Amino acid sequence: MAQITIKGVKKNYAKTAVIHGVDVNIEAGEFVVILGPSGCGKSTLLRMIAGLEEISGGEIAIDGTVVNQLEPRERGCAMVFQNYALYPHMTVRQNIGYSLKVAKLPKAERDARVMKVAQSVSLEPFLDRRPGELSGGQRQRVAMARAMVREPKVFLFDEPFSNLDAKLRVAMRAEVRRLHRDLGVTSVFVTHDQTEAMTLADKLIIMNAGNVEQIGKPTEVYNNPASRFVADFIGSPAMNLFEGEFDAEGQFMHGTGGKMNVSQLNGVRVPGRKVVLGVRPEGVRRTGADTHGAIPAVVDYVEELGASRLIHADANGSRIVALDNDTAEIKSGTPVHLSLADSALHLFSLEDGRRISH
Amino acid sequence: MIERSPFFDALTYAVMIIGLILVVIPFWVVIVAASQSLQEVSRVPISLLPSDQLWANLSEAWARADLGPKMLNSFIVAIGVTIGKITLAAMSAFAIVFFNFKARMICFWLIFITLMLPLEVRIVPTYAIAANALLPFQVILDTFGISWLVQAVSGIQVSLNWNLLNSYTGLILPLVATATGTFLYRQFFMTIPDELAEASKMDGASAMEFFRDVLIPLSRTNMLALATIMFVGSWNQYLWPLLITTDRANFGTVVMQLKALIPAQNGTPDWNVTMAGALIIMLPPLLVVAFMQRWFVRGLISRDK
Repeated sequence: MAQITIKGVKKNYAKTAVIHGVDVNIEAGEFVVILGPSGCGKSTLLRMIAGLEEISGGEIAIDGTVVNQLEPRERGCAMVFQNYALYPHMTVRQNIGYSLKVAKLPKAERDARVMKVAQSVSLEPFLDRRPGELSGGQRQRVAMARAMVREPKVFLFDEPFSNLDAKLRVAMRAEVRRLHRDLGVTSVFVTHDQTEAMTLADKLIIMNAGNVEQIGKPTEVYNNPASRFVADFIGSPAMNLFEGEFDAEGQFMHGTGGKMNVSQLNGVRVPGRKVVLGVRPEGVRRTGADTHGAIPAVVDYVEELGASRLIHADANGSRIVALDNDTAEIKSGTPVHLSLADSALHLFSLEDGRRISH
Repeated sequence: MIERSPFFDALTYAVMIIGLILVVIPFWVVIVAASQSLQEVSRVPISLLPSDQLWANLSEAWARADLGPKMLNSFIVAIGVTIGKITLAAMSAFAIVFFNFKARMICFWLIFITLMLPLEVRIVPTYAIAANALLPFQVILDTFGISWLVQAVSGIQVSLNWNLLNSYTGLILPLVATATGTFLYRQFFMTIPDELAEASKMDGASAMEFFRDVLIPLSRTNMLALATIMFVGSWNQYLWPLLITTDRANFGTVVMQLKALIPAQNGTPDWNVTMAGALIIMLPPLLVVAFMQRWFVRGLISRDK
């Protein structure tokens, strides 16, 4: 188990900066997920930890040792790649045992360790096959076994499940979770899939355009997004975000003259202040027209989810999505009234997108 | 392309058969002539049916051109060149594809340009180098006054000399450099995903271990294809061995011996023996291609996954 300290880490390619200084502390035994849209620098950060990319600035320390100048093999990390990266000409046994062979371990010990690892991911029946004769899920398990056999200090996962189908992905997620529980090795997992991130992470790192937006527990990030970007990125269906400002009476004005009563946001309702108001679809409910603060809207279309449905509506030029459990049919064009749950409101500055606490 | 018209089918067959005949007829003439007696082969027009003198002619050619030792020479040279070319091609392509150094593209283009400079074009300077392989170093030492300095200080006259004439080294070494091979290997290495190199790095393998344990086994079909072309090419070398070996008795190759088999101007016109000799000499490359063609086609066209 190892602690990873990332201090002011930067990455430039020629003159383009792709990571602008990242500070993260990863505790020993923690399962950290780096989440972000493609091109945000999350894989680059992971590869810098692995030693596959040079670090342009700042430092990375594993277990207190600065590893900036160390070769990948000296860092004690093992990596699972997106496309498995198995050696196509070697059998599963040779694939898993290759790192031990390079380390010149005696054959008997090598075989014993390969066997043990293969058992833990149920690969024994396939040990003499080649990667080409395996299914996607099996190849993924070989890739994980290959990482595990070295008994590394740190596991690095680079979007390992993006080539698997949805069902297999869920199964592999459970497997990774179980392995982490059993082995307790510090793990860093990169993904762009938020469900994967939310279910796996002890600690979630949200990255955007080379910067860390927020670090926290998955629930923390979900309930208290630190920025407009995080609010928009985390959660499916996405959070409703309204750009607007407060009027003299403290009402929130948005769209083409729409008004929302947000009296619960006391203290931050400065008239004229430009803000983004966010509320998750589950915080928006249908109510009667006479409810205090009800927002009139017109249904655009309804998205059936099975157990519930999403009502996409237009409220004075602003799009609003509400989670609804009712089953009565709603046609598009129907006028409805919506209300915002008190506790579910998030406020962000329009200027820099940071959260305004209230 | 699939065409389902009888006329088109007939046309393709016709073209194919004509092509086949064009290729096979010379071989047939060689085989027929090699099996005839002197009287039969001298008859005009020549009969296109084989006779029964094949074995006698073969042994006559074998003895006359001293093909035993020459065959051995040819094998040593062809195998040496093939192995050398493959090693050099694989390693230079490895350097060009997997290492990110500044002069990478320059190196690649320099190698590529030599495609346009076959041995025949640069045969005079190559001969000069073969006569003294250390000549370039001598020139460098002389130009920069180092040899003068050494002589002034120690009184020793610097005169580097490494003669490659009349040696296997001289026969093999200048033929080893190959742009074709490097290019073929480069194309293959570029299809190998970066992740594979990274995975081996994470597994703790050094660059050479990656080369040996991953790239070489993966490029097996490629290597066999290349070996086939290179073997045939170097077996058929005529000009270079002719130039570099004055000691034909010891270092001559079989292809050079073809000359010895051609009847002299006023000698007996025993073309049957000449043809028998040609038959023997073209047999090894023919067998190599026959055995390797499965790999050859696979290595050049597709690759097994």
